[in-house]
Amino acid sequence: MSEGIGLFAIFFAAIFTDNILLTNYLGMCSFLAVSREVKTSLGLGLAVIFVMASTSVLNWLVYYYILVPLDLTYLRFIVFIIVIASFVQIVEMIIERISDVLYAALGIFLPLITVNCAILGVTLFMVIRDYTLKAAFAYGLGSGLGWALAILAMAGIREKMARSRVPRGLEGAGITLIIAGIMALAFMGFSGMINLN
Amino acid sequence: MLAFFIGVGTVCAITTVLAVLMIIADATIANYGEVGITVNDEKKFESTGGKPLLSALKEHDIFIPSACGGRGSCGLCKVKVTSGAGDVLPTELPWLTDEEKEDQIRLSCQLKVKRDVSIYVPEELLNVKEYRTQVRSIRDLTPDIKEIVLALVEPAEIAFRAGQFIQFEIPPYELTDEPVYRAYSVASPPSHNDRLELQVRLVPYGICTTYIFKYLKEGDTVTVNGPYGEFYLRDSARDIVFIAGGTGMAPIKSIVHDMAEKQNSRKAEYFYGARSAQLLLSLDEMEELQGALPNFRFVPALSEPLSDDNWTGEKGLIIDVVNRRVQSGDNLEAYLCGSPAMIDACIEVLSAKGVPAELIFYDKFT
Repeated sequence: MSEGIGLFAIFFAAIFTDNILLTNYLGMCSFLAVSREVKTSLGLGLAVIFVMASTSVLNWLVYYYILVPLDLTYLRFIVFIIVIASFVQIVEMIIERISDVLYAALGIFLPLITVNCAILGVTLFMVIRDYTLKAAFAYGLGSGLGWALAILAMAGIREKMARSRVPRGLEGAGITLIIAGIMALAFMGFSGMINLN
Repeated sequence: MLAFFIGVGTVCAITTVLAVLMIIADATIANYGEVGITVNDEKKFESTGGKPLLSALKEHDIFIPSACGGRGSCGLCKVKVTSGAGDVLPTELPWLTDEEKEDQIRLSCQLKVKRDVSIYVPEELLNVKEYRTQVRSIRDLTPDIKEIVLALVEPAEIAFRAGQFIQFEIPPYELTDEPVYRAYSVASPPSHNDRLELQVRLVPYGICTTYIFKYLKEGDTVTVNGPYGEFYLRDSARDIVFIAGGTGMAPIKSIVHDMAEKQNSRKAEYFYGARSAQLLLSLDEMEELQGALPNFRFVPALSEPLSDDNWTGEKGLIIDVVNRRVQSGDNLEAYLCGSPAMIDACIEVLSAKGVPAELIFYDKFT
């Protein structure tokens, strides 16, 4: 398999067959909390795409140029988290500075995803699976897209559901989790196509 | 051992580099320099950029009422921003109606000041301050009404108009997780500028009144802010009619007191209603004021006098008493204070007697 096809496979798998949210159930808290409206979900989804793509590259560089040479891979958790947090902070400041429109649409969600476990999860999977820099980028971007796709689908469903009668005990997070489960089952339909592991 | 130091050193180095980056970013990217804030086209001051408008205003002693402390969860701190604001943020949307958006109303705790802005706040808010006070006395006026006297600590004096109200801050306690604010009319006259007298009626399960009746003790520290309100005596030559029920006494007592001190010679009549004699507030004080003001008459009325009240004064609902005693409204100006039902009924009667609608001022206690 040439590298190009390999990259595309990783990218595609990250969106569909290995969707970080629906197969690993990572990033659930913001997924449950912000999936009430399509509009806000889109903002959060775009923010996640951007942050996942950039932090997977950044953390790849930090891992292979600093941690591996110094034999400090056991410190990767703490280092990855610090890198993600400061990167998100600085990006938020920049967005706030340069564009009110972008800040209103995207920047406002950035602090929310600093501590999103899906972001750290993507970085860790990329290390475990020994991706190259390009593959890490493809995987980060794909995972972000997959996460955004899942939250958009959920928001669409929840907007429709606002007009239906949900049993009292299941209102809010309960019914959302059940729907997420059914969505995960549906996504399993893709699983024969490509396997990342 | 060496591995340990390399590990610690590396983490420290990475953290330091990132921290330095953040400091640089904070000083360059997030540094908006000094920005100018123009208030109501007249007052102008400089503030450090990048801060929420609410805090920037607070630093310059302009208090916008806010109940949640800037977390964007109460929607009270609305301000009109005519320039320099940028687009409405998603965090403001739940609190703004379409009309307000049209009218450039913004939530001042969410809006960060990044360039020169021009804002409009109601004139009365410019005088509003926060006061730290101490409870000087608590007295039962009736079984369910207490008189609270607050002595001002910092600032030591307050300037207000007789009839205005203040907001009483209730700290978090068993009924509330965050500070809440309730409005009370000041019953003392403006000349007593070192204290605030309030009349508080117990509302069953009310967050504020429960706190005052159950927990507040003499010597406690209380934070209030104010003054607020448009309920004060207008300058004119017309005769005055005051109408109040229950704790509606408070602002009118302040107004009449103020009139007595200024030897205001306008003809005034004050109709005050309660159920029985025991529930009449400040009776002695009002009779004293009647002696001091030659043109002022106090007319208390009881709707259900008890047999041992030995009541010889007016009887019946206050609205009926007003209807009986007020002849023509042509030369009248009215000030009403009490429950919404009482006020609505009074407005109807007074309008029928010819009092112009714009000269009926009222303060509805809800």
